[in-house]
Amino acid sequence: MPAHTVGSSPAVGAAGTPAFDPARCWRLHPQVAVRPESFGALLYHFGTRKLSFLKNRVILSVVETLADHPDANSALGAAGVSDADKAPYLDALGVLAASNMLVCNDIEEIR
Amino acid sequence: MTATHGLIEKFERGLDAPICLTWELTYACNLACVHCLSSSGKRDPRELSTAQCKAIIDELERMQVFYVNIGGGEPTVRPDFWELVDYATDHHVGVKFSTNGVRITPGVAARLAASDYVDVQISLDGATAEVNDAVRGAGSFDMAVRALENLAAAGFSDAKISVVVTRHNVGQLDDFKALADRYGATLRITRLRPSGRGADVWDELHPAAAQQVQLYDWLVAHGERVLTGDSFFHLSGLGAPGALAGLNMCGAGRVVCLIDPVGDVYACPFAIHDRFLAGNVLSDGGFDNVWKHSALFNELREPQSAGACGSCGHYDACRGGCMAAKFFTGLPLDGPDPECVVGHGVPALAAERDKPRPRVDHSRTVMLTLSRPPERPCNESPI
Repeated sequence: MPAHTVGSSPAVGAAGTPAFDPARCWRLHPQVAVRPESFGALLYHFGTRKLSFLKNRVILSVVETLADHPDANSALGAAGVSDADKAPYLDALGVLAASNMLVCNDIEEIR
Repeated sequence: MTATHGLIEKFERGLDAPICLTWELTYACNLACVHCLSSSGKRDPRELSTAQCKAIIDELERMQVFYVNIGGGEPTVRPDFWELVDYATDHHVGVKFSTNGVRITPGVAARLAASDYVDVQISLDGATAEVNDAVRGAGSFDMAVRALENLAAAGFSDAKISVVVTRHNVGQLDDFKALADRYGATLRITRLRPSGRGADVWDELHPAAAQQVQLYDWLVAHGERVLTGDSFFHLSGLGAPGALAGLNMCGAGRVVCLIDPVGDVYACPFAIHDRFLAGNVLSDGGFDNVWKHSALFNELREPQSAGACGSCGHYDACRGGCMAAKFFTGLPLDGPDPECVVGHGVPALAAERDKPRPRVDHSRTVMLTLSRPPERPCNESPI
C-alpha cells in the first residue's frame, strides 16, 4: 500500500513543518476525500494521489470545520484546542497545507 | 516514529474498508510473462459481467475505498474496460490500472490525458529489450515504450513505469529512472513474488542476497521519488527504522485485498490460493460482507505469532516478511521470509520443501519459457 506521507508529527501522518498562517481562512481541497476511522481519519487527495492520516478525532473535527470559520485559530478554539495545546495541531495543519490537502481561501480571493 | 507505530498497530487490526484494493478484471492476456502472479492467459468464462462489476463499484463507493488498482491479465482487452473506468471515477473511486501497453494508442492516450482521476502503470521488467523480453516476451519492450511515447505525446503527465525487480534488472535501476524521466513518468518498483507462474521461476529470478542490499541502498537514496507499493518491507531491517519510505507493513486482509476476475476475494494480489481465499462477492453477500466477516480476514487481523522469528532483533522491522512469499516457496508462515535480510531464508530454502500449487491457472498451453539474457552480447551462442 503506498503511503506517501508518513512521519513523526503527533497529529497527522506526514513529515516537515512548513509555515502555516492560522490567521487565514482555510478549507479542504475539493479533491480531498475524508474517511473517518476509529483512530482519526484517512485523507486521500484524488489530484496528487497522496494519502494522509489524521491521528485523532480532534484534528479531524478541526479539518472538517475549517471552512466554517473565518480563520484556523477560530476553528481550533471551537474544537476545544487550548492555546497551550495548539502547537502540534498547527504543525499538522501546516503539513496538510504543504501537501495541498488544505487550501487557503484568502489567497484564492486575491487571485 | 512512535506515532506511526501506533497507527500501524491500528492498521494491523484491520479497517472497516480497505484503503485501496487490487481488482483483476480478466485472466485474458496477450502476453505470457514467465512470472505472472495470476497465471493469466485465457479468459475465464465465469468472469464478472459489466453489471456485476458496476455493482462492486457502487459498493466500493459506499465503503469509501479511495481507489482500485486494476490489473489482470491485461485489463484493457475487456471490451467494457473504458466503460468501467469511467463508471468508477464518476462514482468517486479512483483508478490506477496496470497494462503492458497493448491498447494505449494515441487516441486512448489523449482520452486518458483528459481525466484527472486515472493513473496508468506501464509494466516493464527490463530497461533494455533484451532483459525485458526474456521475461515478458518478444516485442513487449517496444510495445511498452510505444505506450509511454503515446502518453507523453498526448500530454498525459506522470505515467508510472512499473518494474518487478529481478536478478537481471536490479543493476538497471538508474536506467529505469532515466527512462521514466525521459517520458515525464514516475518509476514504481515492486518485489518479485513466487506467486502464480512466478513460483516456477522465482529460484532463478529473485535478486541474490548482495543484490537485495544494493536494492535497499538504492531505495533509501531515492526515497519518495520512487514508488514501491510498500513492497520491500522485508528489507526494512537493513537500516534504521523509517529509512525506507512507506508504512512497511503487510496490509493483506487488513487494509488491502484482491478481487479476482470471477469475484473471488483474496487477502492480497500475491496470494491467489485457497489458503488465502476469503469468499466471493457473488455467493457470499457482496464485497462489504466478505471484507468485514470472512473468517480468514478476521484471523489475519488477530495478533500474529512471530514464531521462529521471535528471538530476532529485526522482527519489529520486517514482521517476518511476506506471507505469500513464504507460502509459495513452501516455507512455514511463522518463520523467516525466503529473502530474510539476516540470511535465515537460505537454510530454509535449502531444506526439503513442498511448494503448494495454485488451483487457479489460466495459462495458455504454449508458454514462454525463461531465457536468460546473455551477460555480454558475445556470450550468446550464435547457433
